[in-house]
Amino acid sequence: MTPLLSVSDLRVGFGRDRQANEVVRGVSFDLAEGETLAIVGESGSGKSVTALSINRLIDFGGGRITGGAMKLKRANGSLFDLMTATEPQLTGIRGAEIGMIFQEPMTSLNPVLTIGSQIEESFRLHRGLTGRQATAAAKDALDRVRIPDAARRLKYTPNQLSGGMLQRVMIAMALACNPRLLIADEPTTALDVTVQAQIMALLAELKRETGMSMIFITHDIGLVAGIADKVMVMQNGQAVEQGELNQILDNAQHPYTQHLLQDVPHFTNGSTTRSDGRRDKDASTEPALKVDGLVVRFPLKSSFFSRATGAVHAVDGVDFDLMPGETLAIVGESGSGKSTTARAVLGLVRSTRGSFSVGARKASAEQSALPVQMVFQNPYASLNPRLSIESILAEPVIATGGRVNVAAKARMASLLKRVGLPKNSLERYPHEFSGGQRQRLCIARALMLNPSVVVLDEAVSALDVSVQAKVLELLVDLQSEFGLAYLFISHDMAVVERIAHRIAVIYAGQIVEIGDATSVLSKPRHSYTKKLIAAVPTIDRRHEHFELDTRQVPSLVRPQGFEPAPARWEQFGRDHMARAEA
Amino acid sequence: MNYLMRRLATFPLVLLGVSILVFVAIRMVPGDSITAMLGTEAGLLTPAQRDSLAAYFGIDQPWFIQYWRWIGGILHGNLGISVTYGRPVLDVIIERFPLTLELAVLSMIIALAVGMPAGIFAATHNEKLSDLGVRIVAMIGQSTPSFVLGLLIIYTLSAGFGVLPAMGEFAPLWQDPLRNLSQMILPAITLGFAFAASVTRISRSSMLDVLSDDYVRTARSKGASARSVIWRHALPNALIPVVTLSGIEFGYLLGGAVIVEQIYALPGLGRMVLDAIQQRDYALVQGSVLFIAFNFMIVNLLVDLAYVALDPRIRLGES
Repeated sequence: MTPLLSVSDLRVGFGRDRQANEVVRGVSFDLAEGETLAIVGESGSGKSVTALSINRLIDFGGGRITGGAMKLKRANGSLFDLMTATEPQLTGIRGAEIGMIFQEPMTSLNPVLTIGSQIEESFRLHRGLTGRQATAAAKDALDRVRIPDAARRLKYTPNQLSGGMLQRVMIAMALACNPRLLIADEPTTALDVTVQAQIMALLAELKRETGMSMIFITHDIGLVAGIADKVMVMQNGQAVEQGELNQILDNAQHPYTQHLLQDVPHFTNGSTTRSDGRRDKDASTEPALKVDGLVVRFPLKSSFFSRATGAVHAVDGVDFDLMPGETLAIVGESGSGKSTTARAVLGLVRSTRGSFSVGARKASAEQSALPVQMVFQNPYASLNPRLSIESILAEPVIATGGRVNVAAKARMASLLKRVGLPKNSLERYPHEFSGGQRQRLCIARALMLNPSVVVLDEAVSALDVSVQAKVLELLVDLQSEFGLAYLFISHDMAVVERIAHRIAVIYAGQIVEIGDATSVLSKPRHSYTKKLIAAVPTIDRRHEHFELDTRQVPSLVRPQGFEPAPARWEQFGRDHMARAEA
Repeated sequence: MNYLMRRLATFPLVLLGVSILVFVAIRMVPGDSITAMLGTEAGLLTPAQRDSLAAYFGIDQPWFIQYWRWIGGILHGNLGISVTYGRPVLDVIIERFPLTLELAVLSMIIALAVGMPAGIFAATHNEKLSDLGVRIVAMIGQSTPSFVLGLLIIYTLSAGFGVLPAMGEFAPLWQDPLRNLSQMILPAITLGFAFAASVTRISRSSMLDVLSDDYVRTARSKGASARSVIWRHALPNALIPVVTLSGIEFGYLLGGAVIVEQIYALPGLGRMVLDAIQQRDYALVQGSVLFIAFNFMIVNLLVDLAYVALDPRIRLGES
């Protein structure tokens, strides 16, 4: 039985000297019909390049296949040589026999064309359908990916749909002509965890319905367990290990696979939370940060002159306190208001109501000169590329009116050493550092003023999984060393589990559940928390059947003058409470 | 619609600003209409004669009275009387404008018809020899002054082929289209060449950006042919900068192309305004500057409306 796809010794190079810049260095695998192969690896491992080589899209991305063989068994049983095929031959294969979906649904659809015409295109190209027939086929394709109200949505342009919906449209498009192979390149990485669960469920269902094969590329080995039959682990352009799913997950042979399975944060339902610094009942300790009734609203106006007709209730009555040396994680999905909360605490957005107190000092809602510092999500964008590290570290000192004197310089040196960067870093520039190193620089910058509270807004989300683990370790060490209080904003439950003492779950601008991390993660009480936790992929749940749930996050736009009903809280245990549900 | 109304409502404000600017500017230039009209003979006028002439032109009044009268006239559709032509300013402008409009339209057609394909070609042959060739020609086109190019064209045609551009009495399009086109084609090429060079450069770079976008990769993954990727998926997304540039250039051309009109002896708006400034024909200068500003605003509005048609993400009038 010949496999559907057989790849042997694939080599791909970039640039002028392709031999020297080899990104994929001799990758081989076979894929049988109906089988799912997961390719796992971190950025730069060559996993995406491998995927793009299969349908030869790599030709347009600056890469060239320099060696190896790739054979595809076509629907009629003949063998198609993907290596030697000409571009016109390949256009007959792409979309018809090999479909592909990508990481960023927001940018992967043409913004100026309706989604209907983009789906119809597949039918026109490979099925010869036109006019009404094509429209009807496009509607069926949208139905198939469970998009409600498909006929009307056909006329939408991509900007009118959410990321999760767009990824469904992408899937509808890729599967329009029933390709026998679907390549999914990190299809859920840009999506919220509950949306990710929906997309994974959809892919699994469609795979069952059509019997297609799939190559699923991901950096998250936890996601693999739910969908793959076989796993290939890639590092530095080579497949370091491949085999059956269970064999890889339970009995990994290669040290890198073992590292991915053990050192990288995986979600374990609250059994690996931190054991240090439990909150005690000692009421004499002042909280490092106390937030009372925080409300952030953005008024909606139809034009400059007209009055506000309503408001976006981004944050609607959030209270919490944060003790020195403690980490409070705020978890929630995009649009839930978690980042707005953080920004309001720092005074980066103006809060509509509410008060903060930091340590003994009480600050009004508008004052921003608090001993609070922030570390942002994207270390590539949050360091000025034209400033040396020395200037970057001097910036907070200058901004608060201080002088860059010997003491400040000494602090720079000691902080750099403390976050694990070489001594000569001061004269260097941000581009000379890797993503993980840059985030260490951001952390050093945040600590320059010796703050009592550090707000970490998705601070490790942009990093590779194994770098993530190291930065988390550093954060934990710094916390105990300096007695820092962390406000840790994240969507990633696995990361939160590693660093949080307490967790606040935020949904539609309100905290729905808050309490001790172990308690919240192991015994969630609010239905949203349960849903959120159930959606987190883990290596222990294999081939699990996700329920398709098409509920959308409710609109946060409220009419003018709207006030939410006061929360009713139910107490569970010493430090765990959840909002009572209707 | 609502947006259109609000946009049009800003027109009078802008025109008011322009009117004050041009009114003050032209009066800051030394000399007056009487000296300009009579030359050295103005010195022979008795003070009484001079005063009566000044009263006739209305330039004996303080400037704010003059301005007030002028604005009042405009509100009644009267832009004033041109001193040099002895006719209503609006009539003079309307007589000259068709030629300028035709020249601008022809230049833009040439620019888009040559520049866009050249830009797309260069973008799809990025870093190849042919791309380099297109870029060099475009660079030359952008940096060659129009008088050099205009004279070069005339010289080559007459010296090399014995053909002379159709000079002589200008024939409007509606009277003698053939003769009109033969008179207009060389000036249009002269103006269109530099315009085309800009269009080439901007469409090349815009197209290059778009071709590396994710949705182009998606189109390819669907099996779209190279041609469909370029024309259907990439081009509509690459058009916005081209429209912006074309709008600005077209707006300038509507103000008249002084040098090209001079070289080819065309009675366009540009030469008329230049003459009017030299003659201190206040009414004509003011009137034509207002007219040009108005045209510019219309073109800008059309460009903004084109954005909406091109890109569904753009919604006008929303913050």
